[in-house]
Amino acid sequence: MNKTDTDNLLWQVTQFLWSEAAILDAKEYDAWLDLWQPEGLYILPIEDADDYAAVLNLCYDDDKMRRNRIKRFQDGFSISSAPPAITVRTLSRFVIDAVDGNTVVVSCGQHLVEDKFGRQRLWAANVRYTLTSTGSSFQIQEKVVRLLNSDGVLNSFSYLF
Amino acid sequence: MNQLIDAKNITLDPDKLVSHDKIATSMYSSLELFEQEQEKIFRKTWVWVAHASEVPDKGSFKLSKVGREPVIVVRDRKGNIHVMVNRCRHRAATVCEIHKGKTSSFQCPYHGWGYGLDGSLRALPYPEQYGDDFDKSQHGLLKLRTESYQGMIFATFNDDIEPLEDFLGAARKWIDLFMKQGGGFPVKTLGEHQFSVPMNWKVQLENTTDAYHFPIVHKSFLQSLDEEAEKTFTFLDGEGFVEDLGNGHSVMVMIPELVDLDADLDRKIPERFEALAQELRDEGYPEDQVRRIVRAVGGSGFNLNLFPNAACSMAFFRILTPVAVDRTDIRHIAIGMEGGPEAANRLRLRLHEHFQGPMGFGSPDDAEVWERIQRGVDGGAELPILVNRGIEKEFQGDAGPRGHVSDETGMRAAYAMWKRMMQE
Repeated sequence: MNKTDTDNLLWQVTQFLWSEAAILDAKEYDAWLDLWQPEGLYILPIEDADDYAAVLNLCYDDDKMRRNRIKRFQDGFSISSAPPAITVRTLSRFVIDAVDGNTVVVSCGQHLVEDKFGRQRLWAANVRYTLTSTGSSFQIQEKVVRLLNSDGVLNSFSYLF
Repeated sequence: MNQLIDAKNITLDPDKLVSHDKIATSMYSSLELFEQEQEKIFRKTWVWVAHASEVPDKGSFKLSKVGREPVIVVRDRKGNIHVMVNRCRHRAATVCEIHKGKTSSFQCPYHGWGYGLDGSLRALPYPEQYGDDFDKSQHGLLKLRTESYQGMIFATFNDDIEPLEDFLGAARKWIDLFMKQGGGFPVKTLGEHQFSVPMNWKVQLENTTDAYHFPIVHKSFLQSLDEEAEKTFTFLDGEGFVEDLGNGHSVMVMIPELVDLDADLDRKIPERFEALAQELRDEGYPEDQVRRIVRAVGGSGFNLNLFPNAACSMAFFRILTPVAVDRTDIRHIAIGMEGGPEAANRLRLRLHEHFQGPMGFGSPDDAEVWERIQRGVDGGAELPILVNRGIEKEFQGDAGPRGHVSDETGMRAAYAMWKRMMQE
């Protein structure tokens, strides 16, 4: 790709990921599910691995688990998510790692602040997306969120990264 | 049972803080009491520090805690396990800040004092300034007495305490049953979830023996299961029980048919494990072994609570660390089969992630109610915390008092031990 194509792609990807971030902060989870390819995997690892299925993660969600997780958030029977913490997140430092046909791999940094019980907590993460271009937009093939202290002592989360 | 506690005149007298049927609010909130607990409980009894599979090889080590004190658990060249305080004998710097790994020695970063895997002081730079009578053998890392049972490593600062096996007593039978989750293979750890909750450590200690909360707090988890599994986990109407096992330990049997995982192997394989069973058959495992492995993957039907900091909780180890009077760190350690089929271990991992840890369908709801307890005890200091459920219907079980699965028999067991230790 020439520089103009690369800049265009970066801008399109950035717009998509910012809209995903807004959807997650607004907890519009049905809209979030629509961003996914059915075979997509949403993973929060504890440690680096070649095959996350072979190790323990914070979450390793296929389509069924993603839907179960969202249902749990929405049904109102989970005390930790009724109400959940409110969040504000920013994604930046986008780098396109690879482009192969319709597939784009992009990495970025994320800061998220949560607020509950009048207490704020700050989380930072490296995020790597594998996206499939649909022409006008993208779908998520894989999203790997590696919290800075993923192998340390965390708190429980009532929202998604 | 509903009488108030004289909060104004509450002392640190264990006899006034703990009655058989209730405890005082300050049990969760008194800083002074918390400090005493570190001295009289966590420094005086056997504390769970690691599982043997976390330090598998010569030179393997991992960091752990005994109460608030940082310790290193390490396997030496002869295969013996040592537990020692992570603090240089010279000027107190920690000698290791790597969570786990392999090494041949520990060296203090400040002045270079070097220690062997058994904690002995091996060498120090420019020793001549200490004079001829400096005795290296008196300057090893501070070592704790260390004993193991079924791969679970415990350590204590108390040289006079009874052997670990005696301390575990009637709990040993349940540890043996729990380890059948190896399905014929040795049990090994498969990683852990760690999270911190703003609560007193005893709130967590109680919870592992509290079945009463399960259908309420974990309704959203139950709703995420298939019908058959949901029925298995709806156990308050069943034949389960809680039994006091002595020394503060207790067992809570929730699913009686999953107590002995080697029994009833011809029982129908639950629907959610059918795919795994078929995968194992396709790999060539004989039918009886398939059934044994599949049954083991589903986990045990009981929680074993070991005073003061450990639990064998259905399918994982739950370890608590008291950090402050109102803060407790928790480890949920996944376990699987050493050398067992990959597919079985993978399913164990997915089941662990489903309920446990910061993003599980269960733990975050637990953490929420535990924090709500700590927030609640800011009010009504004169109100007792009730642990009297089922007290009148309790009867003598195999090892001690036994009650209905939803009774608070296990909490009464833990608080009786708490009182005994705090009075010594």
